[in-house]
Amino acid sequence: MTHPKIATRWRRHAALGVALAAAALLSAGHAPASSGPAVGIKDHKYAPTTLTVPVGATVTWTNHDEDPHTVTSATSAFTSRGLGNEETFAQTFTRPGTYAYFCALHPQMKATVVVK
Amino acid sequence: MDRIDRRGFLECMAWAGTGVVWTAAGGLLASRPLTSAAAAAEAPAGGFSFVQISDTHVGFKGEANKDAAATLQQVVARINALDPAPALVLHTGDQTHGQKEGAFDTVAEILKGVKAERVFYLPGEHDVFLDGGKEYLARYGKGTVGGRGWQSFDYRGTHFVGLVNVLKYKGEGVGALGEGQIEWLEKDLAPLGASTPVVVFAHVPLWAVYPKWGWTTEDAERALSYLRRFGSVTVLNGHIHQVLQKVEGTVRFHTAMSTAFPQPAPGSAPAPGPMKIPESDARRMLGLREVTYVPGRQALAVVDSTLA
Repeated sequence: MTHPKIATRWRRHAALGVALAAAALLSAGHAPASSGPAVGIKDHKYAPTTLTVPVGATVTWTNHDEDPHTVTSATSAFTSRGLGNEETFAQTFTRPGTYAYFCALHPQMKATVVVK
Repeated sequence: MDRIDRRGFLECMAWAGTGVVWTAAGGLLASRPLTSAAAAAEAPAGGFSFVQISDTHVGFKGEANKDAAATLQQVVARINALDPAPALVLHTGDQTHGQKEGAFDTVAEILKGVKAERVFYLPGEHDVFLDGGKEYLARYGKGTVGGRGWQSFDYRGTHFVGLVNVLKYKGEGVGALGEGQIEWLEKDLAPLGASTPVVVFAHVPLWAVYPKWGWTTEDAERALSYLRRFGSVTVLNGHIHQVLQKVEGTVRFHTAMSTAFPQPAPGSAPAPGPMKIPESDARRMLGLREVTYVPGRQALAVVDSTLA
């Protein structure tokens, strides 16, 4: 669960967050940064289900299923579009906190990013 | 959990003499393709037929199907070859594969070519999950209750009800109708005599096919409580991309094949989703459904046919 205060601060910095996420996507191009923290999506599961990263890290999700999935924050802090097969989504975390997320198409798919 | 009881199996078997051949495989029923000639022989005076298509998933490209628009085109050609022509076509949702850009336009363009009096739509979760149904309802909300996508109409004495059970996806990702829609349904059905044949169509099954994969509608039982007094209720669903049937008293439940890709049988794979099989094999698991109303006969004749 995201701490309410963290969520509020996140929203205040939403514009910056989006800009950073966009920058991360641009710099990564179509190939995700292989060295950065990554989450794979396969058989309707995020792996790992809990990922711990330092502040400022950019996490990249890759959907290996033929079903589309999303990476949608439980507190609306961020959301991806529908990711097709082998499509990626990158999100930069600028604030510490616990970010729960799920797939908007398959809400039983749940996982967490912990930013320390 | 018994997905098809003996009575249901026998009811389906009753049609074997009229052109449909049912086979039981792994406890599930599947029907062999029926020729249009056999369908014509089945259409009686005063009756009519309609077609259900489902899960067209335009925008999908995978191992089982490189072009979901092309298989939809083939299904439309099949519909147009039916003799007599179906009165109506019901699309039971997931027109698009995850609201892929341009997919709604492609489906609309292809279905313009269908020879039927009218095509009725309702959404699947793939059509609404990105924007809460904004685009879908802008296109198909007109003429539905409060512009919210659900509706009812009468056709030659049969009452049709199209329900939306994908706008309240929550918790475990199962279907839900919601209080407002169930209340509307109760009022909608109230004036009808018990002998009126009722056809209910909705995307996610209105029975617990496999809740673990979200293949159920959590508040369907309340909706069904208003339907049980009728002598003939046919419930047509999509979502699970395979034919399953169940009979409960006078209520007959049928899920349909997709026109795009098959999904695994409940619990037979780690997760639901497109089966990764060669296109030629997949064609045997894609298709359409023709439903014929025969006056004086309680159950509607439901015939599933495949592309291969």
